[in-house]
Amino acid sequence: MSVIAPKFRLGYLVKGITDNIFWIIVLLTLIGIPAVQIVLIYIDFPVIDGEIWNPFRVFDAMTHPERALPLVKNFMQTDLFKVVAFPGFGFAALIAAAVIFVERKMLAKLQLRVGPFYCGKVEGILQLMADGLKLISKEIIIPAKADKPLFWAVPVLFAATAGAFVALIPVAPGWVVADIDLGLLAVFAVIGFFPIITILAGWASNSKFPFIGGIRALYQMVSFEIPLILSLLGIVMLTGTLNLSEIVESQVNFPWIIFMPIGAIVFFICILAELERIPFDLPEAESEIVAGWLTELSGMMYGLVQLGSYLKLYAFAALFVVLFLGGWNGPWVYPIEPMAEIITDGIVIMPDALVIKDIPGLPLFPQEMINGTIWFILKTAAVIFFILLPRGVFPRVRIDLLLKIGWYKLIVLAFINIFIALALVYGGIIGPGGIM
Amino acid sequence: MSSQVYPKDKEILPGLQIEKVDDRIMTLNVGPQHPGSGHMRIIIKVDGDYIVHTDPDPGYVHRGEEKMAEYRNYITNIPHLERPVIHDSCNILYPYCLGVEELLGLEVPERAKYLRVIAAELNRCVYIEYWLAIYGIFLGHSTMFMWPVGDRELLIDLLDKMTGARVTHAYFVPGGVRNDVPPNFEDVCLRQVNYFEKRLKEYADVFYDNPILISRTKDTGILSREDAIKLGTTGSVLRASGVDFDIRKKEPYDVYEEMDFQTNVLKEGDSYARSKIPWLDMFESCRIIRDALKKMPKSGSVRVKLKPKPKGGDTEVYRRVESGRGSLGMHIVSRGMPQPYRLKISVPSFRNLIAMPHLLTGEKLGNMPAVYWSLNYWPVEADR
Repeated sequence: MSVIAPKFRLGYLVKGITDNIFWIIVLLTLIGIPAVQIVLIYIDFPVIDGEIWNPFRVFDAMTHPERALPLVKNFMQTDLFKVVAFPGFGFAALIAAAVIFVERKMLAKLQLRVGPFYCGKVEGILQLMADGLKLISKEIIIPAKADKPLFWAVPVLFAATAGAFVALIPVAPGWVVADIDLGLLAVFAVIGFFPIITILAGWASNSKFPFIGGIRALYQMVSFEIPLILSLLGIVMLTGTLNLSEIVESQVNFPWIIFMPIGAIVFFICILAELERIPFDLPEAESEIVAGWLTELSGMMYGLVQLGSYLKLYAFAALFVVLFLGGWNGPWVYPIEPMAEIITDGIVIMPDALVIKDIPGLPLFPQEMINGTIWFILKTAAVIFFILLPRGVFPRVRIDLLLKIGWYKLIVLAFINIFIALALVYGGIIGPGGIM
Repeated sequence: MSSQVYPKDKEILPGLQIEKVDDRIMTLNVGPQHPGSGHMRIIIKVDGDYIVHTDPDPGYVHRGEEKMAEYRNYITNIPHLERPVIHDSCNILYPYCLGVEELLGLEVPERAKYLRVIAAELNRCVYIEYWLAIYGIFLGHSTMFMWPVGDRELLIDLLDKMTGARVTHAYFVPGGVRNDVPPNFEDVCLRQVNYFEKRLKEYADVFYDNPILISRTKDTGILSREDAIKLGTTGSVLRASGVDFDIRKKEPYDVYEEMDFQTNVLKEGDSYARSKIPWLDMFESCRIIRDALKKMPKSGSVRVKLKPKPKGGDTEVYRRVESGRGSLGMHIVSRGMPQPYRLKISVPSFRNLIAMPHLLTGEKLGNMPAVYWSLNYWPVEADR
């Protein structure tokens, strides 16, 4: 047998890791320090010794942990941090990047291949970065008769809409970018925006295959939005709220999937269709219509759409976790931190190591948030795994069979789910607020 | 659902016909730069999602093999005649060698006959694996692309040991085979073929029993028994329509009449049956290889001595074999010269292509890849 990849050697692995650490340090100093300076502009500066600190003094203080930590904690309270870093775009993009890597390696293992191997030296971990660089450096070609403003708008709109979707997801108690009372309704509104973008892409590129792809995407998304919305009505009936954070809080004792497995299955199938993933990747079916509505997109325009679609994948998986699997709820896995009073009381009952809790600003994150995030990521990873798996197992379905599944089967199942929820509510077993 | 005929408007210029513009109808050029076309173009007109007109347009890889053969002698013709189907190169050289042997009156040694059968069956499996991989990716099943391409390596390695080349073997020569196999070949071959057969059974789990595949290919592109005969299809397409026709059985050449195998026939005539027949054929190929390894003489000459530029008589011969796609024939006209006066290759791909407009018209556009590639059509071979 011809050898595709060289055999595993520990020396190469260690060398790869050290090389990567070297480059990470170099890039951090080149990019990280300017980035910190930019961030400092947005912080409300503390008043210390009777005067407001300016960025230079703050930057000096960064080297002293005792002074830096309150600043960092201050920054974490800002909206900028929420939008850019933790529950918002940065966190989602990190998960999306991990998903792309895991998808490629997992699919490769399933298909008796190696997958990305060379880039980054450690199991091709930097392949995504290389792909991104390639896409950025490619020329953007726009068809001569395309509707240029619309064509330019499509990738930006797609990524922005996916980002808006991400912003609605509560990751940990209190950690959500947009905590609105009609959260679920806002999710439906954002989902309803995607078919418009795809048909815009098909129309604006003024080409036949993108047009057919756009029409197919429109059919598919519209006919699967109805069972998607219907499958979630049961939860709204049981919880009596549309706020996603409150829906998560209502699942402290048990996740809703126990009472509504049918709704969960319908919702999961609708996720696959909305994400245009195999077996429902008809809008991008390459053997029939080249690449569907993505055909004319080139360079980073395509890259943005891909980024948007993986953000969308994360957001849908997270929505499944929030609605059916209990979100951040779970047993304590992160050790409970001692209260600050115990240490400052003067009675030494803890080892000396814990005295660092005295440093103002620690702990950076509350314990509930870290524990909740761990559970949330674990559950999301499990759901994402099941979203990725069909790609290695199923062929593509045909458009008429797809519509038949959506209109005949899933809507009926969604209604059965609603009746189950109604029976639970009127039977007095479960109501808003848990088990009666 | 029937084939729609569009009235042509009157001729404006001689030879130029303007078709009536119909807003409902959209013309799609599937190919030649389309991931689902191969080296050809299919002009498809769709009304909504239904195909109302199909016009296959092959000829993009025409290389003039038949004309080239008229300028080379019988031996130097070998390497370029296998180019149309490099994945099935032993089988495309088979009728040529049989014809030239008949022309020159050569007697092939017994061991060479068995080696030919082994090489031809290995090559058939290599071709079918490649075909199956593309069928998988046409239906969006990426695992079914990677698995056959990976398992194909087993047989390619065997052929590499046997002939010295991975794909373009040029192994068959008039009067035998080019060289003998290495000493331990029989054991390696038996082991790899047994493993290959084990792998083949796993395809059913992931592909042939897959409910989505069955829903896509069952009852699509049905070719009835009468139509299959009338349109002149051959090979797996013909056998999927319920006609028990295999050249290896009907007109056995070399030692095929001593081999223990059966032909696979399905009655449905739909895309699913057409995709299943080649897979079943691979099991029979494994049987034939094992049988040939058992019955093969352990030693002996594999090639008869030829004169430098052998000349045929003033006759013509036509020999045909069962290739991976169906009956492949070569008609050699000799005028007493070292090179053939005329060489006509009758390729199965082109004969199966004729059925394509018949099957695609009236189908949904989504069925196009499932029906098109199930025809066991190799564009390069059809163009010669």
